[in-house]
Amino acid sequence: MAILVDENTKILIQGITGSFGGRHAQLSLDYGTQLVAGVTPGKGGQKFADTVPIFDTVGDAVSETGATVSAIFVPPPFAGDAILEAVDAGVDLVVAITEGIPVMDMMKVRAAMKDSGARLIGPNCPGIVTPGTGENSHGGCRIGIAPGYIHKRGKVGVVSRSGTLTYEAVYQLTSLGLGQSTCVGIGGDPINGTSHLDVLKMFNDDPETEAIIMIGEIGGTAEEEAAEWAKENCDKPIAGFIAGATAPPGRRMGHAGAIVSGGKGTAEAKIAAMRDAGIEVAENPSDMGDALVRAMG
Amino acid sequence: MNIHEYQAKELFEKFGVATPKGKVADTAEEARAAAAELGDEIVVKAQVHAGGRGKGTFKNGFQGGVHLVKNADEAADVASKMLGQTLVTHQTGEEGKLVSKIMVADAVDIEKEYYLAILMDRESRSPVIVASTEGGVNIEDVAENTPDKIFNEVIHPLLGLQPYEIRNLASKLGFAGDTAKQFAKLLKGLYQLFMSCDCSMVEVNPLVTTPDGNVLALDAKFDFDDNALYRHPEIAELHDPTEEDPREVEAAKFDLNYIGLDGNIACLVNGAGLAMATMDIIKQSGGEPANFLDVGGGATQEQVRNAFKIILSDPNVKGILVNIFGGIMDCDVIAKGIVAACGEVDLSIPLVVRLEGNNVEAGKATLASSDVDLIPADTLADAAQKAVAAIA
Repeated sequence: MAILVDENTKILIQGITGSFGGRHAQLSLDYGTQLVAGVTPGKGGQKFADTVPIFDTVGDAVSETGATVSAIFVPPPFAGDAILEAVDAGVDLVVAITEGIPVMDMMKVRAAMKDSGARLIGPNCPGIVTPGTGENSHGGCRIGIAPGYIHKRGKVGVVSRSGTLTYEAVYQLTSLGLGQSTCVGIGGDPINGTSHLDVLKMFNDDPETEAIIMIGEIGGTAEEEAAEWAKENCDKPIAGFIAGATAPPGRRMGHAGAIVSGGKGTAEAKIAAMRDAGIEVAENPSDMGDALVRAMG
Repeated sequence: MNIHEYQAKELFEKFGVATPKGKVADTAEEARAAAAELGDEIVVKAQVHAGGRGKGTFKNGFQGGVHLVKNADEAADVASKMLGQTLVTHQTGEEGKLVSKIMVADAVDIEKEYYLAILMDRESRSPVIVASTEGGVNIEDVAENTPDKIFNEVIHPLLGLQPYEIRNLASKLGFAGDTAKQFAKLLKGLYQLFMSCDCSMVEVNPLVTTPDGNVLALDAKFDFDDNALYRHPEIAELHDPTEEDPREVEAAKFDLNYIGLDGNIACLVNGAGLAMATMDIIKQSGGEPANFLDVGGGATQEQVRNAFKIILSDPNVKGILVNIFGGIMDCDVIAKGIVAACGEVDLSIPLVVRLEGNNVEAGKATLASSDVDLIPADTLADAAQKAVAAIA
């Protein structure tokens, strides 16, 4: 089952001919992902890696190949437009990897998407991995920039705002012999498409997922909302981690959304909300895998 | 990104937000000329980003970064005592800030002070206007003590500010007649400024009414979305690098995310979340982090080399912790960057390195075969403990 995507999901990549997009398109193909199309305006008719057709528009790519998910690797000034194009073309899911999109653009894109039925993950995120069933979990769906080789097919759902912290968690899980159902990076921007809470609900409804790791960081109140919901509604064990306890107030810590302002968004408040919801909070990032083992009892 | 008060005033004038008449000056003579065009109640203000200017002290002994004067001669005299001098306030730290510009403006008779701000609200994913009848004080204190005196309007992201929303706020603030009209004009201008300049916050504190019935923005604080500066070159130009930590300015040149802190264990990490977590675990292990430093997901050897130089320019640093989880990034690239950097700088402090992930064996071999004196570590917890122990 997994959530959002599985080995049968057909994906396309907007910005497939850029160096960053192309590199990760190749890595997704190598992982066994069904990458069926690329889109770069003006390069329609060409092929990526001699096999994947490139189209001028997302509309053409969708109608020709049946892709249902688009990954955005388009540079920040054009990324908002690219997301809207994908939504208009009727994809179910847009995964925006691009870092550095102006907040105003994301605000308008989110408002415009409201009644579309499409879901947005990101922006400024590592993407989604549902490990495959083949040897070394080959054949899964890898969308974005996460290293495929650290994943293992299994029963733990991972949701996180940070890329490298997700990799740490996944690596620890795999080292402990615990595989993952799906790993979702929701991104480090102040306005994103999908929240911790949205993903927790999906994991809770997914029969394959038996336990969940939720990784957050300072800024906003999304972790608190997710924890509050989980307290009453989630029947699966959850481990959590929050980064940024030592971050000085008023400073943006790398991610545009990682800022404590006006006393809001502190690590202390998030950790307290998690503990209150019965979530097993990892003492430090080396402890995330072990914390999940404790949560599972 | 922050801007100076005089720059905020210039933006206000461009967007029709009423402010007192005034000008910026670089010299005492310019201050005299600017003051000559004003009335007989004039305020002279030192232009630095720090708050608490009025109660600050210059290192030359002159008291106060904000002065009331009566005429052009007095304005020139005060300006000459501020310009080129270093102002120390409770926000600048004891090193203070060099004052290279001052603002000369009409001092306004204040009838009542209000608060008005527009900010990008992440929960509602919309601009929110915040207004209060309690101005000139810290709004967080008002929110804490008298939350019923704060009024919010959430603005639709695609429709923008509506006339009824302005009427709602005017009514709650107690404005009527001509005052309400002036407030409406000011708020429309402020909203247009907020949207068209990609602000993440613009705060007018205080907004004032005067005995002769005017509504004026007296002081302002701006924050702009750094991600949007590419489409506002005129605002990017307002950036004053002398107001920032020189190490942060240097790091920005190499696309490194660096924030200086007060501790003595420097860290170099890939990824913002992992970099924050590394700072946290240093503290948890009994040490104090000297910085936040994210070299990014695709760091080059050159970036790692420059990151080392910036870290080592901090005299407080007594040890370094490198924490890399090479997802896609090749650990060997990082290892080669470390070796290259150590070859160029005279590394005399302990260096703890934790590498994990893609091509980690090659990276460890590169480090082992070099003559760099380092302490290898396995996990992040192990690395933090070793770094703290190494400088004890």
